[in-house]
Amino acid sequence: MPGSDRSGKRDPKRIVESVETRDADFTTLSGETLDALYTAADLDGFDEKRDLGIPGEFPFTRGPYTNMYRGRLWTMRQFSGFGSARESNERYKYLLEHGGTGLSVAFDMPTLMGLDPDHERAEGEVGRCGVSISSLRDMETLFDGIPLQEISTSMTINGPAAFVWALYVAAAEKQGAPRSKLRGTIQNDILKEYIAQKEFIYPPEPSMRLVVDTIEFATNEMPLFHPVSISGYHIREAGSTAVQELAFTLSDGFAYVEAAIERGLDVDAFAPRLSFFFNAHSDFFEEICKYRAARRIYAQRMRDRYGARSENSWRLRFHTQTAGCSLTAQQPENNIVRVAIQALSGVLGGTQSLHTNSMDETLALPSDKAAKIALRTQQIIAHETGVTNVVDPLAGSYFVEALTNRMQQKAEDYFRQIDAFGGVVPAIEEGFQQREIGRAAYRYQQELEARRKTMVGVTDFIEAEEEVEIPILKIDQSTERECRAVIADVRRSRDNERAEQALRRLRAAARGTENLMPHLLECAHAYVTVGEATDAMQEVFGAYREPAVF
Amino acid sequence: MEEKIRVLIAKPGLDGHDRGARVVANSLRDAGMEVIYAGLQQTPQMIVNAAIQEDVDVVALSILSGAHMTIFPRVLQLLHEAGADDVLLTGGGIIGPEEMEELQRMGTGRLFGPGASLSEAAEYIREEVRARRARRGD
Repeated sequence: MPGSDRSGKRDPKRIVESVETRDADFTTLSGETLDALYTAADLDGFDEKRDLGIPGEFPFTRGPYTNMYRGRLWTMRQFSGFGSARESNERYKYLLEHGGTGLSVAFDMPTLMGLDPDHERAEGEVGRCGVSISSLRDMETLFDGIPLQEISTSMTINGPAAFVWALYVAAAEKQGAPRSKLRGTIQNDILKEYIAQKEFIYPPEPSMRLVVDTIEFATNEMPLFHPVSISGYHIREAGSTAVQELAFTLSDGFAYVEAAIERGLDVDAFAPRLSFFFNAHSDFFEEICKYRAARRIYAQRMRDRYGARSENSWRLRFHTQTAGCSLTAQQPENNIVRVAIQALSGVLGGTQSLHTNSMDETLALPSDKAAKIALRTQQIIAHETGVTNVVDPLAGSYFVEALTNRMQQKAEDYFRQIDAFGGVVPAIEEGFQQREIGRAAYRYQQELEARRKTMVGVTDFIEAEEEVEIPILKIDQSTERECRAVIADVRRSRDNERAEQALRRLRAAARGTENLMPHLLECAHAYVTVGEATDAMQEVFGAYREPAVF
Repeated sequence: MEEKIRVLIAKPGLDGHDRGARVVANSLRDAGMEVIYAGLQQTPQMIVNAAIQEDVDVVALSILSGAHMTIFPRVLQLLHEAGADDVLLTGGGIIGPEEMEELQRMGTGRLFGPGASLSEAAEYIREEVRARRARRGD
């Protein structure tokens, strides 16, 4: 009989695999080969107590909190921002009036690169893909009428993160809110910039110092703020596989932990303030297993390698965003379905907060209607599907546990390779992670071209003569003029002597080893601009140019 | 034998999303072209200088930041000033159909949006360069 062994015992795996298949690719989106059936034999050596544990307890495979969404739903945090500070302030007030409890700020390219809107290289880019913030004046305008003591704010900023954070703190202090009460997150994950998003300013070493400065400052003065959100999202968007996203993100996280320990910080004092940010791509089970493996790897390393003793230091918490790179410009309404399935994997993987993309994001910033459907998608998952009723409902599935184990093993293989370079920064300087991601991106594109992988509406099920009829948000040129007028006024009306003095102190401190946050705060209060503060530090730190290889 | 097509690929402006540029660089190289990858944060002047210096047939730009209506016309103008009107300026990014038409009226070649095929882009470049060389009488 097919699938029988010599003793005549039937092996379900072999029975299923002996049947002819259709002509299709049966690997995951990341190219992992899969068996047709998983059985108890795939979980040889599996120990439920050791490998899964109880939700909310070590090793947190089943979730960071005990009763998960029965206790509290994930935060539905939609990322937005465009144009001038004034224009974004109106959008934020609208979001808060409609039940939002947190804001998530998108900055424009000049701000992300530490350039003022009146810089030559900023031309054409001001306010295009986020809000332009160049000084305390803009930050005050951005949050005008919004009490910063009462909301939590997430800011997606990396290269100039320390100074932009200082602007936020200064704006809050001018509102009368003590910094110790402020809640929120700055992304501030510079390592993934070298690896994937490529929006870096200084070389890796001084950049790491700035990250540790913010971790130290948050630990001592701002206990409710998350000073770094360690991000796999951009690594995945750059074309990595799920395993690469998992491995490179966690290794970045461990690099920050090591750097902070080296500074002399107590791991249990700062680790609970670290958080993660992952992508939710379209391969449903692969994504769920990625999140479960991430929690287990992190807990084990934090306890066993870094000696953390507090449960809060072992617990990996993460934000999820659905995969922008999975969306198609063709038949854009199909993106609503993709986003729903991706969001569901984030929820079944136990995310703490979620951004669902809008269907029109391959074309432009989301329109109001598209953004609303994206939010409604989360509400449908939360309130209609019933998936929030049971904690980690997929645990114990032969397939899910086997794939979770495999992702952990493969991530650990990458950790060993990175260790062989001497750590994350030397590996980046050798271009290791960049090369691995570039190869995966090219391989995937070739698979699409060869139609071994399918994108509905692009490689198959194509509609000829398709007209895109969804409304698109456009940013006009007047934003750039408005932002330039504001910064010209700031330069004119501020106490220039005070600004100069603050910059001198910042430069001097940058040459030494002290924490730069107090100096950046002084600059912020003196209305020093993002470009001026960045230039001052760049004089000391230098600029980073990556080798242009492909 | 036909001379190899030389392509300069660059990312102008500030955005660092280089996945597309790198994938296209790999694919044009595998299609038998000579690819010079200039990398990130190239100004229009840097791009045109490199195009002249490397004597390329094609300049291909990847722009995902929304700055395409500023950057493409600037590069066109600088190519013209350098007497390099015969260089094909093409590229890709998040560019709406109307804006694509407007840029093509100004003198760019075909532009590619999300979901475009690698082999189609390579074929377009090959045909367009062949036509331009024929016009020049190479």
